[in-house]
Parts: sequence; C-alpha cells; structure tokens
Amino acid sequence: MSDYVKLSYDVVVIGAGGAGLRAAISAREAGKTVAVMSKSLFGKAHTVMAEGGIAASMANVNPKDNWQVHFRDTMRGGKFLNNYRMAELHAKEAPDCVWELESWGALFDRTKDGRISQRNFGGHEYPRLAHVGDRTGLEMIRTLQQKVVALQQQDFKATGDYESGIRVFAECTVTKIFMTGEGDNRRVSGVLAYWRTTGEFIVIETSAVVIATGGIGKSFKVTSNSWEYTGDGHALALECGGSLINMEFVQFHPTGMVWPPSVRGLLVTESVRGDGGVLTNSEGRRFMFDYIPEVFKSQYADTEEEADRWYTDPDNNKRPPELLPRDEVARAINAEVKAGRGSPHGGVYLDVSKRLAPDVIKAKLPSMWHQFKELADVDITQEPMEVGPTCHYVMGGVEVDPDTTAAVGVNGLFCAGEAAGGLHGSNRLGGNSLSDLLVFGRRAGIYAAEYVDAAATKGWRPAINENDVTDALEWALKPFTMTGGENPYTIQHELQEVMNDLVGIIRTEHEMTLALKSIEDLTMRIAFLNTTGGRSYNPGWNLALDLPKQLLVSKCIALAALTRQESRGGHTRDDFPMMDPYWRKVNLVCTVDDGELVVEKKSLVSMTNDLQTLFDEVELGKYMTAAELDTAGQGQK
Amino acid sequence: MSYTALFRIWRGDKGEGSLQDYSTQVNEGEVVLDVLHRIQAEQENDLAIRWNCKAGKCGSCSAEVNGKPRLMCLTRMNSLPEGEPVTITPLRTFPVIRDLVTDVTYNYVKAREVPAFRPPEGLKPGEYRMTQEDVSRSQEFRKCIECFLCQNTCHAVRDHEENKKYFAGPRVLMRVTELDMHPLDTLDRQELAQEELGLGYCNITKCCTQVCPEHIKITDNALIPLKERVADRKYDPLLWLGSKIKVRKDAD
Repeated sequence: MSDYVKLSYDVVVIGAGGAGLRAAISAREAGKTVAVMSKSLFGKAHTVMAEGGIAASMANVNPKDNWQVHFRDTMRGGKFLNNYRMAELHAKEAPDCVWELESWGALFDRTKDGRISQRNFGGHEYPRLAHVGDRTGLEMIRTLQQKVVALQQQDFKATGDYESGIRVFAECTVTKIFMTGEGDNRRVSGVLAYWRTTGEFIVIETSAVVIATGGIGKSFKVTSNSWEYTGDGHALALECGGSLINMEFVQFHPTGMVWPPSVRGLLVTESVRGDGGVLTNSEGRRFMFDYIPEVFKSQYADTEEEADRWYTDPDNNKRPPELLPRDEVARAINAEVKAGRGSPHGGVYLDVSKRLAPDVIKAKLPSMWHQFKELADVDITQEPMEVGPTCHYVMGGVEVDPDTTAAVGVNGLFCAGEAAGGLHGSNRLGGNSLSDLLVFGRRAGIYAAEYVDAAATKGWRPAINENDVTDALEWALKPFTMTGGENPYTIQHELQEVMNDLVGIIRTEHEMTLALKSIEDLTMRIAFLNTTGGRSYNPGWNLALDLPKQLLVSKCIALAALTRQESRGGHTRDDFPMMDPYWRKVNLVCTVDDGELVVEKKSLVSMTNDLQTLFDEVELGKYMTAAELDTAGQGQK
Repeated sequence: MSYTALFRIWRGDKGEGSLQDYSTQVNEGEVVLDVLHRIQAEQENDLAIRWNCKAGKCGSCSAEVNGKPRLMCLTRMNSLPEGEPVTITPLRTFPVIRDLVTDVTYNYVKAREVPAFRPPEGLKPGEYRMTQEDVSRSQEFRKCIECFLCQNTCHAVRDHEENKKYFAGPRVLMRVTELDMHPLDTLDRQELAQEELGLGYCNITKCCTQVCPEHIKITDNALIPLKERVADRKYDPLLWLGSKIKVRKDAD
C-alpha cells in the first residue's frame, strides 16, 4: 500500500477562495493552527472571476440604504425560499466585512467624498456594490491572500517559521473526510489529500473541517466556471453524513459570451447593465419590458423613457427591467432566442456603447473591453455584445446552522460560501456572493475554532481509523490498476452535455428522467476509468478522482429538480410553469443513506415577525399561503 | 473553418524532456489553450497544463508560445502563422515540474518578504477616506493577476539562476511601489527594496512591461518611480540628514 505523510492541524479549510481564506484568517486569529487546502496555486481560486462587486448596505451613495433594505432585496431575489436568518446576518454584517478588507489594504473605487463607491446591480434597490472597476473578485482574493501573508509574517517573527500558524497547501486536492465514532459521538477526525504536483498523499489529523469549495458548474457544458468547480465539497459533505438543500436551484447568468465557440459561457458582468447597458433582440426591441413578472411590477419601469430617467433620478423613477434578478433576465433571453428573435450566434444584444463614452466604458468596464477585444474582435465602446445564459452558480449546498455554519448532522464539519445552501433561496442576487464569502467565511472560522476548543476539553479528537485510510488510498489509486478502461475526459464531456441539455434553464419531467438514466449509466462507467502516465501532475488521473463527485452532485440536482413541481428562481419547469405557495414552504434535502441518494421534503423555518413587517401584506400575499399570512398577521397584533 | 495544426509540445519532468509532435484540429475563434485541451482529452490524458479560468483573469496558464511568454488562454490561434508548427514550452526561468507546469515557488517566497500594508494607528475600519485620484495609481498595480510572465522574462533572472537570491523581480518590486503609493500606508519599504529585494538589478529594459497581459506599465509607472524615490532618499543631503536624526522618516 502507498505511503503517506501524516500531519496535524487544529482546523483544515478545504478551498482557498474568498470563503476559505476568510475562514482561515479568523481561525488563525482565534489562535488555531490552520491548513488551507487549495486545488490551484495560492490566489488563483474562482473568486478572481467575480467582476461586479460586493453587496453591502454602507449607504455611501444613497443614504436611504440600510441592512433592512438589503435583507428585503435578498429575500425577494430568492423568492422567499431563503433561510431568513442567514439573509439577516448577511445583510447586517456585510458592511463591516467590506470595511475590514479596506483595513487590510484593499483599494476600492471611491465616491467624490472619498468613501467606497457603490454601483447599481440587478435586484438591489439602491447602489450597493463596492467594486474595483469590473475586477472586484481579484481585489478581494488578493487582499485576503495578502492578509494571510501578513499573518504568516507575524508568525515568522514569533517562531521563525512562516507556516507555523497558517499553511497553504497549494495544488493539493482533498478526496475524503474521515469520521470516527458512532451515533451522536461520530466526529470529524481528518482528511486525505494528494499533492497534484507529485501525486503523493497526505493525511491530516484534525477535529474541525471547513468546506469552502465553491460550486458545481463544471458539470454543465456552457458555464462561466473553471475546471475546479466539480462540486467537491458538496460531495464530501454528503459522503460523510451531511445533507444538501436546494440543489435544484442553479443560476444561469443571463449574460455569457456566445461567440466564438471556444469562449461560449464566459461571463459578461452584470455591471454592464448596472452602468446602463440595454438588452435588445434582432428586431431592435428592448424586450425586457415584456418580461416583468407580476411580483416585481411595482418596482420596475413600464416605459423606456422612465427607465432612462432612472439613471439620473432614481428617487422619482422606477428601475429599468434589465436590472431584474438574474433568473428573470436569463429566462427572457432564452425565450427571445427560442422565438427566433436572437442574434446570429444564438444570443441577444447587450449594448453599452450608446449610453457611455468610450473612455468611461474603458474605465468602468476594463476587463470586459479587453475580453471582447482580445477574444471576439468586438469593440464594446462602438458596437453591441452578443450574450446568452451561462451556468454560473449553485444556490443549493450543504445544509448548515445559520449562525455557526456547522453542517447539519456532522460533528466538526462547517461550511461557507457557494458550497453552503440557504442564504440565496431559489436565486442569488449579483454581488451577494462576495459578501456571502466574507460574512460566512468569517463565521465558519470563528465557530470552527470554538469547536476545536470544546473538542480539547471534552475529548472530541478521535483518531483516524487506519482501515479508512487504507481504503481511501486504494480507491484513489484504482485508475492506475485498470487497463482498457474509459477515458475520463469522454465521460466528463458526456455529463456536461446531459446536464446542459436535460437539466438546464428550462426543465421537464421527461427530460430529467432521461438525465437521471444517463447519470446512472455514467456512474456505472466510471468504475472502469483508465489512467495513463504516472502520479506527478497528471490531470487525467485527477479528473478520474473528481468525476465520482461530479456525478453524485449532478444526480442531486436532477433528482431535486424532478421532485419540485413548480417554477421558482433558478428552477423553471415547462410542465409546472407557475410559482406555488405550497412549495415555498419546502426545502428539498438530499442525503446518502446506505449508499443510496435520498431526497426528502423539509419545512422551511418561518421568518420572525419583526422581519416580516419589512414587507407589505400585498407583497407577501404573492408568495405565501393564506394560512401563513393569517398566522403572521396574528403574530403582528 | 477548421484546419489541422501541428503542435510541438515540450514533455518531460525535471531536467529531462523533449519536444513532441501532435497533430490536431483547430476551430474558428480558438486559443492555444483550447487546442492543448483537445490534445489532452483525445490523445494524452496526462499532458500536464496549469490553467483555471480560461479568461485571462487568474494568470495560471503562462507558458512560452513560439518562444514568447504568453497566457495560453489569451493567445488566439489566428494570431499565429497558419501552416507552421506551434511550439509550446514551459516558462524558462522556473524549474519544470512536468510538461508545461513549472514550480513558481520563488515568486511566493519573495512576495512574503514585503511587509504588509500598515494603516495609521487608531484609524478604524469604515473611517478610511481616499480620493479616486490618489487610489488610481496603486490600483493600476493591483490589476496584476500574478501570471509571473514578468518574473519569467526579466533578464536579471532569466538564465541567471544565481541572481534569484538577490533579486525579487518586477512583480514583487511593483508591490513595493503599490504600497508606497497607497494613500494610507505608513510603512517605509524603500530601503528594503534597494538592499534586500535587489531594485538595483533592474536596468529598465522594459521586458516586463512588454509581456504583461494586463498592460500594466510596470517599468514606467512602478519601477522607475521607485528607483527615483530611493535615489532621492539616498542622495538628497537634507533627506539624508533627516533620516539620520529621525525627523523625516516617512518622507517621500
């Protein structure tokens, strides 16, 4: 059997994006030793792809903004399926988290009076997104990276070793979370990982693991997500006894590039619309006016004239419908293309050149200008972009306690960021992801550290079962023992086609049943994956280990989507086109029971009365059943 | 509009390896990284490539395309001469791990030697006030995606392994300038830049600027101003005196 190196840390954070690094920082500040496991190099995580900004009600641009308005927008965007407590904490704590980044060296764009500038975005009532041009994610990851380094410098002064407090394991993939014990006393005991550079294994003993692995988009063909987004954390949590909620809700960002084919799906930031970009079809019509749903009628402009006035006078005019939440815009674009009113390459037009001067576009949207110039030969200061929906984000994720981020059902496991479920309900608002990473990353680190303290006093640091290590190593090396097996890339491409075509933006029972059958077939076929070459930096082997996780999580998505018989947010059923108040009260929970994936219904926790009073009764009536409203009304009296 | 192209890819590990030929299809609009992915998926599953975003935002897929340091995700196939072989080799300045993947640890080790941002004492989060004009200068340098193409290209360390010990490279020195120009930073790193990070090794040939995919004017806007600040400090008699009697410690 293969050798491995054994190490020990108080807290193991899986993932080195915004949530993972923020968690590592707070765990280290609580005095814990931290291992950060990163599939990529330090500072390359998917967070760098975030463009538009961080949503936080600092009220720097519009003084009327506050956490209550942010909370309300988040609940509306998620069509009231959100975990209200997470949405409340998120809205309350986001401003402090942004200011904290500034104190660590982040340089956001400024207002005239020297504060952090904030921009408009879909679904946000006021200008709320702190940003740096259209590269906000890069600023955030670099700031967190540099904060980690600052802490390492402190540790170096104290111990002579930069890595005595936080060690970043770059290009090191976790394949397994070990559990030890029975019943209520079953606890996290460690993880298995391999260095991608050498293929060598490490086992890390720990009592607390934070999952911060991001999303699942690499299971879809047209996606804005990188190779890393294979749902590792989702699968690791399921495999060690955790549960996933809301997996049917996948966000298709309305504006991805559609041409050339090799960049299809690449993100075109929502800031283009926030800064005045309009969407038109092949007939030149601003079609979004035709797609304002009933629940949002009172907040969005009816005419182009009013929408145009809003940019200069937001207090007396309603917002343009291009700034509806993402699910609405994505569906509208999809419908226009289906109706034959699309652009030559199967998208619609997004034009910012008519509203902003070329130098303003280059200053506000520099990455977009470069991206289109270099990859599509399109000058966005002169001509429109062609855009269409792309798989961007999963609202579903690990079921957690809203305050502590502790994973439900797994002692010692915590989860934050995109890998966690609940905050965004059925649809996430743009800008709420980066703030999510900070708010819940911070909490995950704090509560993981607290758990480590409790573990020390209560004897909750069980040893890893050696047999589990042996089994996990054998599993990881199995692809090398196969001859004549299948090519992992072929399987991944087939999965991406299946998910894109059958579990995509518009869904039907028939197609999802077919998808589940295909996923079953692919799951059988991955038992015979072949790996050529050695263990050192071997992407084929690495993919062979990612694929089972991708398939498991894809199955969760398809099964949950098949079960939910309504349309809401990032889940649109052609055969159940309406939103149904009955389903608003239901979370679908995926667990693995005796090797079988199970989906069960679970009631959503009701909003507290003080939060419910932030909405008027007419609006709540659009989402809730009469019985729920009665109860709420009585509570308010 | 597809055609067949010949790719010569360096394959091997550590010091041992050679160029190997692969013939593969190229489609309209593709970049070099697309073609390598096709070779990886169809012919050589274990071809080692480092990449993440394929959008020019993460700086992972740096390599040398026909001898020029480039991001493979931003190198359009139609920018290369059709009908001629495309040669892909790993970054020359860093040790090869395998195939096109190099060990870039040097850059992280040097970055760790630059003391972090230090705000004024007592300034609370939320109280920071800076003008756009003042932050713009450092913002240019914070566009850096850490692709390390500048580090790879700088002739002070390219083919001069012995200098790595004394020279931190353009990316790291640019970080010093970035902090130096941060409106609220209070720490002086100029002496460190000269004495420890090897600013003097830079003789402003602008190779770093030429390869920067973010089009940052590394030499003109970061390295030359840093040199000027250091020179002012070193040779201005008043500043020299001030620094000795510690009254102008934070002088520009």
